[in-house]
Amino acid sequence: MSQFLPDFILSYLPDAIQLIYLIATAFFIRGLKLLGSPATARKGNQLAATGMLIGIIVTLFDQQIVSFEWIIVGVLTGSLIGIILAKKVAMTAMPELVAVFNGFGGGASALVSWGELSKFADPAVMEASGLVTTGLSIFIGSLTLTGSFVAFGKLKGFISGNAITFPGLNFINIASMIGVVVLIGVFTYNPANQTVFWIILGLSLLIGITSVIPIGGADMPVVISLLNSYSGLAASMAGFVLGNNLLIVSGALVGAAGLILTQIMCKAMNRSLFNVVFGSFGGDSSSGQDSGSGGDKTVRETSATDLAIQVAYASKVVIVPGYGLAVAQAQHIIKEVATKLEERGVQVKYGIHPVAGRMPGHMNVLLAEADVPYDQLYDMDQINPEFASTDVVLVIGANDVVNPMAKTSPGSPIYGMPILNVDEAKRTIVFKRSLSFGYAGIDNPLFYTEKNQMFFGDAKKSLQALNEALNDV
Amino acid sequence: MSILIFSLFIFVLACFIGFELISKVPPTLHTPLMSGANAISGITIVGALIVTGGEGGLLTQILGVAAIIFATINVVGGFMVTDRMLEMFKKKGDDK
Repeated sequence: MSQFLPDFILSYLPDAIQLIYLIATAFFIRGLKLLGSPATARKGNQLAATGMLIGIIVTLFDQQIVSFEWIIVGVLTGSLIGIILAKKVAMTAMPELVAVFNGFGGGASALVSWGELSKFADPAVMEASGLVTTGLSIFIGSLTLTGSFVAFGKLKGFISGNAITFPGLNFINIASMIGVVVLIGVFTYNPANQTVFWIILGLSLLIGITSVIPIGGADMPVVISLLNSYSGLAASMAGFVLGNNLLIVSGALVGAAGLILTQIMCKAMNRSLFNVVFGSFGGDSSSGQDSGSGGDKTVRETSATDLAIQVAYASKVVIVPGYGLAVAQAQHIIKEVATKLEERGVQVKYGIHPVAGRMPGHMNVLLAEADVPYDQLYDMDQINPEFASTDVVLVIGANDVVNPMAKTSPGSPIYGMPILNVDEAKRTIVFKRSLSFGYAGIDNPLFYTEKNQMFFGDAKKSLQALNEALNDV
Repeated sequence: MSILIFSLFIFVLACFIGFELISKVPPTLHTPLMSGANAISGITIVGALIVTGGEGGLLTQILGVAAIIFATINVVGGFMVTDRMLEMFKKKGDDK
């Protein structure tokens, strides 16, 4: 659009664009900062979106841009798809959606670098640093693309959530990664060699698939977060290729932020990142078998009426929601139950494990959707000291995050994972469909303790029954 | 100082800012944060615009348009869905 500007402005244009890029960057940093507090998060997101809009508009004035037909077609198509996806997708499917968006972002960065490369009839005229970053951004972008879609497939169930692996797969993956890095070196030295370029591209796409396939469904959130970090890095590398500071800085911000978030998630599960990526842990079926606890395995069942009396006359009730609650779409009904209890003077709190739901913080989103105020939601560290003084804990659709084996059984795959100490409460009620195992594929001794009662059935139906029974207490 | 070194400078500094910004976020917001940060990584749309709008052959055009479509999905969808999530976060007593 620079052709519409008067000549005397044109000479200042490149600097003006850079300065406005700086403003956009400031919007991103401020936006990310505000995203860190519940009260300001929405404003932060809007600020970041504004920064993006500023960045896009000012780029259109770049003198390198001479034609707009294809830009308009591309932006309209992408916006339409993005709007439809963002509006239609259910809150429970949020991890899948983030994976998809992330895949597109990574893919876009790879395409940008490839597109820039394709402008040169003889790529050898590009500087070495440009060629290296082109190779890197195609590598990282492509593996983000395929990796994200495999993660999506695993979460959706298109691909088995079990860890699919065979001996030597990790070795092959590491060897392939080293191979790509070496090939990028070869490509930098001799960029005219088309074959090398195609091998880099193909191998990168393949590594995305083969490095995510062996990771179990339970670890997908960590993988998505890691891939989120990669897509930022890919954008940053594309920035190096184009010599664009806005891309370099914003990409680096996201790359670093994603890495920190990934670490926080790993910590919550007491796993190291290395262990997640190479450990092949956790399926979504009962692959792991319990051993030893074959003795007394009787469980005590409860009924809606009985439970209604217990909670109505309790002074403090803690609700521990898990992904099962969200799958059953029971967030709204639990909110009704909680309101009824509060009207009776019962103190109600929600104890949220950091990895409740499918991503850290996912459960908070699902409860917020049901209008549960966020000051009733307590983190693990805040709620754990309170269980000893709690009369009834309602565990709804959660399993591994309340499994005492994490504390008592060193042989267990979840040993060492911080859990919610619900077993310290006077009574626990577990809402569950059946006695099946959780994501980690192991049994839960909590179910068989004296203090525990099981309420079998679909979480939503059980809570509806409890809600009705509360009317008659 | 060459442009590459200058770029490396700001790259590394931006990484440190990224680390600092995120280390203090409560778990409640991790999902929206991941989604919001992901939308920002769609900044690559700026690169896609430059590649597509510039001079180039058919291959460049095709790659560029594909990049624009991908990046726009990431940006538009990402910010919208993050807003949809955050819209629901309310304190007790806030208006509906």
